[in-house]
Amino acid sequence: MVEYKDMLIGGRTDKPGSAEGFKTGDWRSFVPVVDMDKCIDCLTCWVYCPDDSIIIKDDKMAGIKLSHCKGCGICASVCPKKAIAMVED
Amino acid sequence: MSPKDMAINGDSAVAFAWKQIDPDVCAAYPITPQTIIVERFSDYVADGEVHTEFVCVESEHSALTVCTASQSAGARTFTATASQGLAYMWEMLPITSAMRTPLIMAVANRAVSGPININNDHGDVMAARDCGWISLFSENVQEAYDMSIIAPRIAEHWDVQLPCLVNLDGFILTHAIERISPLETHTVKEFVGEYKARYPLLDHRNPVSHGLMDGPDFYYQHKYQLVEAMAKAAQVAEEVFKEFAEISGREYHSVERYLCDDAEYIAIVLGSSFGTAKAAVDKLRAEGVKAGCAMPRVYRPFPEKMLAELMKGKKGVAVMDKHLSIGAYGPLYPEMIAAALDLEVIPGMYNYIYGLGGVDVTVDHIKSIFEDMVEGRSEKVNFLGVKL
Ligand code: SF4
Ligand code: SF4
Repeated sequence: MVEYKDMLIGGRTDKPGSAEGFKTGDWRSFVPVVDMDKCIDCLTCWVYCPDDSIIIKDDKMAGIKLSHCKGCGICASVCPKKAIAMVED
Repeated sequence: MSPKDMAINGDSAVAFAWKQIDPDVCAAYPITPQTIIVERFSDYVADGEVHTEFVCVESEHSALTVCTASQSAGARTFTATASQGLAYMWEMLPITSAMRTPLIMAVANRAVSGPININNDHGDVMAARDCGWISLFSENVQEAYDMSIIAPRIAEHWDVQLPCLVNLDGFILTHAIERISPLETHTVKEFVGEYKARYPLLDHRNPVSHGLMDGPDFYYQHKYQLVEAMAKAAQVAEEVFKEFAEISGREYHSVERYLCDDAEYIAIVLGSSFGTAKAAVDKLRAEGVKAGCAMPRVYRPFPEKMLAELMKGKKGVAVMDKHLSIGAYGPLYPEMIAAALDLEVIPGMYNYIYGLGGVDVTVDHIKSIFEDMVEGRSEKVNFLGVKL
């Protein structure tokens, strides 16, 4: 939490990536669950995820980081292999 | 009269002041009675007399959006509007102040529809009063010119950084030709100075993000920053008025007073009616009534301490409002009462609603307000000149 005296005027910030601290994961009512056997690492889900929640390791889909995942289901709907299921959280 | 004096209407005088300032950007949309400001100013742009980038927009909403963005980028920006135009900007008004973009907007005060009406009252600016903008009023064309030059100095002050409205009464000042003594352009330029933006978006060496979302843990604090900035603006305004007096010989104050010191009854008024009120006070004085009048030139930040001091020991205070919160009072009235709460003895406080939709208010009308107060005829809220 930024102290009042350290807040820039006008609601500005000079610290990039401050949205990282704003966890949107608790808005979720559905959670995406990946079936790694079906996944072909096309990374379409990574391109579309609005919350940068798809984890990539060595150019491969490596799971979903849930801290900012809002459960919007976009990844599930764009996945060409139907590898992501939306499950009630 | 100096050889440089001009005969000019209020709108053209505001445009002329901005020609002398030569801002970086102007985005505006024409609306009566402000149109001449934008027309004249776009002439200056077309004729190459200013270096300003003039952005033609399709609406006032876009005009203020462009202005807020350009000021955020680090460009000194100016615009003008009135009535429905200001209403259409409303969504952007608190954003402009919250983003701390010290742009200047002239408002040619005009009634807000409906019924449709193009004449003067303060319905437009009063609907904007809670939006975090500094608000200055002018009594005549000279003052509208002078306030246009003073405004950027207050708004752009390093510790203020708030947008500012320069009010001039529609038609009464915007279209009336008066004689003014303008300053030399180099004097204006030196006085206003170069615009130094705080955290401009185009400063790529010090990158910042503007216009972010605030959760409850920041929103209230950012609003409180505006409270502090307004308090600072109150001090800065007095300092800038003093400096302006040195270059122009014209003295301005946050609260303008006329014969108030020994007055028993005073009227508080905004804008051009201050001149009418002074004439009424002169007549009343000649008849032996101890009358006075005052105008809060700086309406936001509200100069409550000075106004309380002004009301001290008075028998009656008539608060004149050219706007009405229907079902309650004029906007100035409760604020004057709040200011009077600092006094040991609160004077009789009467609200006079007047001049709505351009109803003419004469010296005799204002005289009658004082006669009402002296005779004990004033109601709490009075509708001056309404024909029923
Ligand atoms: S549900 Fe939405 S937010 Fe969560 S990983 Fe999928 S696309 Fe991203
Ligand atoms: S879109 Fe589907 S197949 Fe492609 S990487 Fe994501 S989960 Fe795997």
